[in-house]
Amino acid sequence: MALIKDGKLATDAFVDASAATEIPAAGPVIVSVEQWQAQRAALLTRGTPLGLRLRSDQSPEPIAADLPHFALVALEFPKFRDGRAYSYARLLRERYQFNGELRAVGEVLLEQLFFMLRTGFDAFELQSADPLRDYRTALGDFSVWYQPTGDGRPTAMQLRRGGR
Amino acid sequence: MYRYDEFDARFVNERVAQFRRQVKRRLAGELTEDQFRPLRLMNGLYLQLHAYMLRVNVPYGTLSSKQMRKFAHIARTYDRNFGHFTTRQNIQYNWIKLEETPDILQHLADVEVTAIQSSGNCVRNITADQYAGRAKDELADPRVYCEVLRQYSFLHPEFSYLPRKFKIAVTGSPNDRAAVAVHDIGLRMHKNQQGEIGFEVLVGGGLGRTPYIGQTIRKWLAPEHLLSYVEAILRVYNMLGRRDNIHKARIKIIVNQMGIDKYRELVDKEWEATKDGALKVPEEEIRRINAYFAPPQYERLGDATDLLQRQRAADRAFDRWARGNVVEHKVPGYAIVNVSLKAPGKAPGDITADKMDAVADLADRYSFGEIRVSHRQNLVLVDVKQADLHALWRELTALELATPNLGLLSDIICCPGLDFCSLANARSIPIAQDISQAFTDLDELQKIGQFTINISGCMNACGHHHVGHIGILGVDKRGEEFFQLTLGGSSDQHASLGDRLGPGLPQADVPAAIRKIVDTYLVIRQHNERFLDTYRRVGIEPFKGAVYGSETQAA
Amino acid sequence: MIIANRLADGVVVFLDPGEKWDPSIDSGQLIDGDTEAERLLAVAKRHEAECRVVDPTLIEVEIQNGQPRPTAMREAIRAFGPTVRTDLTEV
Repeated sequence: MALIKDGKLATDAFVDASAATEIPAAGPVIVSVEQWQAQRAALLTRGTPLGLRLRSDQSPEPIAADLPHFALVALEFPKFRDGRAYSYARLLRERYQFNGELRAVGEVLLEQLFFMLRTGFDAFELQSADPLRDYRTALGDFSVWYQPTGDGRPTAMQLRRGGR
Repeated sequence: MYRYDEFDARFVNERVAQFRRQVKRRLAGELTEDQFRPLRLMNGLYLQLHAYMLRVNVPYGTLSSKQMRKFAHIARTYDRNFGHFTTRQNIQYNWIKLEETPDILQHLADVEVTAIQSSGNCVRNITADQYAGRAKDELADPRVYCEVLRQYSFLHPEFSYLPRKFKIAVTGSPNDRAAVAVHDIGLRMHKNQQGEIGFEVLVGGGLGRTPYIGQTIRKWLAPEHLLSYVEAILRVYNMLGRRDNIHKARIKIIVNQMGIDKYRELVDKEWEATKDGALKVPEEEIRRINAYFAPPQYERLGDATDLLQRQRAADRAFDRWARGNVVEHKVPGYAIVNVSLKAPGKAPGDITADKMDAVADLADRYSFGEIRVSHRQNLVLVDVKQADLHALWRELTALELATPNLGLLSDIICCPGLDFCSLANARSIPIAQDISQAFTDLDELQKIGQFTINISGCMNACGHHHVGHIGILGVDKRGEEFFQLTLGGSSDQHASLGDRLGPGLPQADVPAAIRKIVDTYLVIRQHNERFLDTYRRVGIEPFKGAVYGSETQAA
Repeated sequence: MIIANRLADGVVVFLDPGEKWDPSIDSGQLIDGDTEAERLLAVAKRHEAECRVVDPTLIEVEIQNGQPRPTAMREAIRAFGPTVRTDLTEV
């Protein structure tokens, strides 16, 4: 699985332990909400970056106060048509001001990348034979859009008023 | 009507290019059917019984003659010379090729028409009153807000993968001709104490397997908050709507499960955080869009009362049509003309390519080049001079588009059914044809009075059978087609869902059953009340007895 | 008989004796017995994976006046066109 971060192929600095029975003793690690709640104190003493992985039925609202502890939040798309994570992403970015890595995991495909970019994702475990090509394709699909999101790109309405 | 600016035009062209790429990937095997299906649905393309079916949006039911001519061109060049107008003010073509669809969409984009989000688990075509901007009983033209919502909803990155489809309708008149009470979000325009226009917001209405009437989530919403409030409703739905069962995934399910008060609480909490943000609709955007809906250059005329009186007295057929299909216009000297697509024996809502061109031509000559599409599957010319009515009527008659049955029993609403649709259990069009052919006597139709019959070929209820005065639902019983009747539905501001009459009837028995219901009504009715009012007064028993006799028929 | 829609144009087609897809039901391969049905359905599914057709299914047909006819109304409508607007069955 290729990881694209900030528009480039990247190696994953994190180990995803969210589905594991044992969390590695050291190093950057991604945990589940359940693991976080059970082992919070221990995880906070690690001194290495922490990541949190949310399932598609887990809204970020209950853990919003804990976000400052996380360098990364991974949101799951179990099926590409499960669109809940788009809302979670916007809440994380726009409501809770999360500035860390927001990673899309699961069934992440070219044809949904554009929506993910607009809702605030900046990293993708992209299922693709040529992930960088797909990423650039998605980025180039649209130069104008109607809805304001946290991505700061001007909407058609704003462009009409002179790009404000 | 709205005209694209450079941004709108660029957007639709980019969308066509994107879909062209997606089709290429599908044909090359880079996308599976499972991955491709939502993409093509969000461009209006279904795979149906005979071929692909393309559903094209007619935003809030407003069409220009140029666009209608393009519809005719598409029908001729890419399909079989006809199209079907639907209960959501869209047009459908039934023999479309996937590989030709990008070209078709480009043709449509060239005249500012799209099929964007006419299907899929996203916000669908925003529908409105077909007389918007012209009806005497209207508070304000709803279409400016429909256009604001349309742009907002197109490729909304957060709401393109909702649990299920999402339908919004808007009415600017207290007489609801847009069926807002049976939409996922219904918007009714009201004036507040200060005389300002705002929206009553209804949520959780819908038909299909589990029909519900929408409930008021907010009594009055200022227009500047329209988008932020709708976004709050959509966000709560997107996060909490069921995704485990497609038959339980609409917003109506979750609203009724948790109760409207709880849903409102969640929406209001969400809305508090966003109402004064980037989604506030600026007054200048409203003004900009409103300018497109400015009324045409009317002549200063008085009502042509004397002329019409003379013409109607001289011609019985014209009189009938004027009484039935012509509606009062807010401007003196003008009239709203309903163009009937319900000639007896025809498939409701169908129109040939030649007739589309003819209607476009009539629109240019009689009605400032604009055509409306009604969710009742008729067309409307909304700005006809009263003095021109007789001439227009003669031309419509020659085209078989002047059946004077608007709102009467043979003005049937009917889905395409098993003849076209892969979801259907039974054929619906033959029933409509049988009924309309059993009731051709125009005097009788007028005597029977206001009557809606809605026919659906399956529980998805695209024919809106739940809200017909008589609803007819096709079911498959051991390989045979049977039809269940419901009575007493209504989609207006006093919306109600029909009550089941009894066991399903075989196709051959349906027209006779309608006849029995009508005969019973004519005997019982008081003071010329409508069938619906008689039903609400006396209940179902007299009609049950008439159709099924004293014993229930074993079907 | 095995029925499907062609991917590129959506046309209803039937698997013929040469394991090709033909729009006419008269050319379709009549299938007798479960083994043969399973084998040909697997062929059809392979064609689906090769992006030639979509949703191949096995349907029941009977011979009426020498012509194959699906027993289910839905499939008959797919084979012969809508029962209304019969002027439209041929392009």
